[in-house]
Amino acid sequence: MNKTSSVNSESQSSDKAMIEIIDVHKWFGDFHVLQGINLTVHKGERFVICGPSGSGKSTLIRCINRLEEHQRGRIIVDGIELTNNIKNIEKVRMEVGMVFQHFNLFPHLTIIENLTLGPIWVRKVPKAEAEENAMYYLEKVHIAEQAQKYPGQLSGGQQQRVAIARSLCMNPKVMLFDEPTSALDPEMIKEVLDVMIELAQEGMTMIVVSHEMGFAKSVAHRVLFMDYGKIVEGNSPEEFFENPQNERTKLFLSQILH
Amino acid sequence: MEETIQKTQTEKIKPPVVSIGIIGWVKANLFNGWFNSALTIVTLYLLWKTIPPLFRWAFIDSVWRTTGAACRDTGGACWSIVTENLRFILFGFFPYELQWRPLLAILILFALLFFSRDRKYWKKLLGYAWIAGLFIMGLLMKGGLFGLTPVESTQWGGLPLTLLLSVFGLTAAYPLGVVLALGRQSKMRAIKLICIVYIELIRGVPLISLLFMASIIFPLFLPEGLTINKILRAQVAIILFTAAYIAEVVRGGLQGMSLGQYEAAESLGLNYYLTMRLVILPQALKIVIPPTVSILISAFKDTSLVVIIALYDLLKTTQTVLSNPEWMGFSREVYLFVAILYFLGCFSMSNFSRKLEKELSRGD
Ligand SMILES: Nc1ncnc2c1ncn2[C@@H]1O[C@H](COP(=O)(O)OP(=O)(O)OP(=O)(O)O)[C@@H](O)[C@H]1O
Ligand SMILES: [Mg+2]
Repeated sequence: MNKTSSVNSESQSSDKAMIEIIDVHKWFGDFHVLQGINLTVHKGERFVICGPSGSGKSTLIRCINRLEEHQRGRIIVDGIELTNNIKNIEKVRMEVGMVFQHFNLFPHLTIIENLTLGPIWVRKVPKAEAEENAMYYLEKVHIAEQAQKYPGQLSGGQQQRVAIARSLCMNPKVMLFDEPTSALDPEMIKEVLDVMIELAQEGMTMIVVSHEMGFAKSVAHRVLFMDYGKIVEGNSPEEFFENPQNERTKLFLSQILH
Repeated sequence: MEETIQKTQTEKIKPPVVSIGIIGWVKANLFNGWFNSALTIVTLYLLWKTIPPLFRWAFIDSVWRTTGAACRDTGGACWSIVTENLRFILFGFFPYELQWRPLLAILILFALLFFSRDRKYWKKLLGYAWIAGLFIMGLLMKGGLFGLTPVESTQWGGLPLTLLLSVFGLTAAYPLGVVLALGRQSKMRAIKLICIVYIELIRGVPLISLLFMASIIFPLFLPEGLTINKILRAQVAIILFTAAYIAEVVRGGLQGMSLGQYEAAESLGLNYYLTMRLVILPQALKIVIPPTVSILISAFKDTSLVVIIALYDLLKTTQTVLSNPEWMGFSREVYLFVAILYFLGCFSMSNFSRKLEKELSRGD
């Protein structure tokens, strides 16, 4: 794991808190999904969140760009607190990129149009500049030759890389990933993880919900374990995998590693 | 081994003879099995019995340019009823010597529709052309400017009236329907409620009763002296009616959209309006092109219901010709003619929708 050390050692984390989550609770009806989450992510830090199905991982990161609304506590992203203020929500969404399990590309637009939609309409970038920028990011995710195709003509791995590029085109300060590889065939997982590792090497602030432990070991500053709506354990990857403290973490790790 | 491999590579394998050519097609489609063979024979017999006499009636024994009296002596079709009354059927009571004006208006409309067919012409210029075209068409119909003799809208009739009601009816109903569909999905309770009540109320009454209300009941509520043009009232009734149906179809399309599309758009920072306009509606409206066109086609045909409030649309002018003693009894011919006109309208709409669907499905 040469890459591991290299990525982690050049840790670019500074003291500026990019995301602050303070005692956040959320309910779906009577169901208490998030039960007092506290989390601070600094600029340049990379967190990987794992945990059993239904533990609230997706809900947590979806709260960070207000795809879900939290009902108690505070969430502050890059100095902007998420409230019902629509303008603030839109500002936060401009700064936070999100990659979904099922890609969610826009099927009626070509790849390049998918990438330029946000910059042109939200950031008001001129079309030519947006396209140039889009090509830059498509090259970064190694898929520039597909620019004129439609999403339906691409493989899952390619689509997910396009989705990553689409988020990057908005020039976000944070990237959220919700199980980006779990809808992919095994042979495509690596191409997506490689892109994410490159992104990490450039110092992007990332929160990744994933069970790809190899990825967590190589790029994460911290690995969090969630269960029943709480962050049960959080540690550096070495400690987390070598020396888990909590019984439930141990059980979970034994299940996914064997 | 080697020999067989070479053979398959050099010789192209052709399909067995029975399945190709006309004979192959006939065998495979018309005479496969005794039941299909019997059906084919019965159908051929019926065609033999109907087509030649029909052809004879329409083209051989028919007369084209005679008086009504002369028509009665022939055994064939009396197309004279169409040719001799064409201008009345098409233009109704529009002053005879001014009928070049509605004709020109119709030609302008057709030209605009023709260019709007092709999406590569959908530029700003076409928009301006439509605005100018609508203005000129209105001027031609109404007159009163640039030395054109004014013509009261009560004298409008025939094809221009039918086209007016349908083109405006459909182009206004469509966006209104989309807005209603979005309103029905709105998170704002009041808007949602208004849209639901509107849609359900309108869908709960037949168009005829709406037209009656627009022409008879509605004026009762207007202050004395104020009248609103009858055509306009019928037009509004048609728009309101059609929009409610469009709204339901579009709502179906919206429900077919996955939540992920909304989330992806929102997480890019697109607001509600942009999300709808750029991501959701282009996909949702595309899904519902076929049912939408069904509604537009039936709305086009339903414009003929304005006869009941005494507007002289295409169908009414036709009936008027038939009530003339000279031409009484030749309804087959003249209705066939009007049917062909309606068919051309409906057929081009469905043709256009198929073309549009094909063009828009590149992404799938
Ligand atoms: N919109 C919703 N309405 C009601 N319940 C929901 C909703 N979304 C999620 N839940 C429930 O909340 C719980 C947490 O969901 P969440 O998607 O956050 O879990 P997760 O940890 O991401 O699980 P997975 O690994 O399966 O993705 C689940 O039990 C789920 O059924
Ligand atoms: Mg999840």
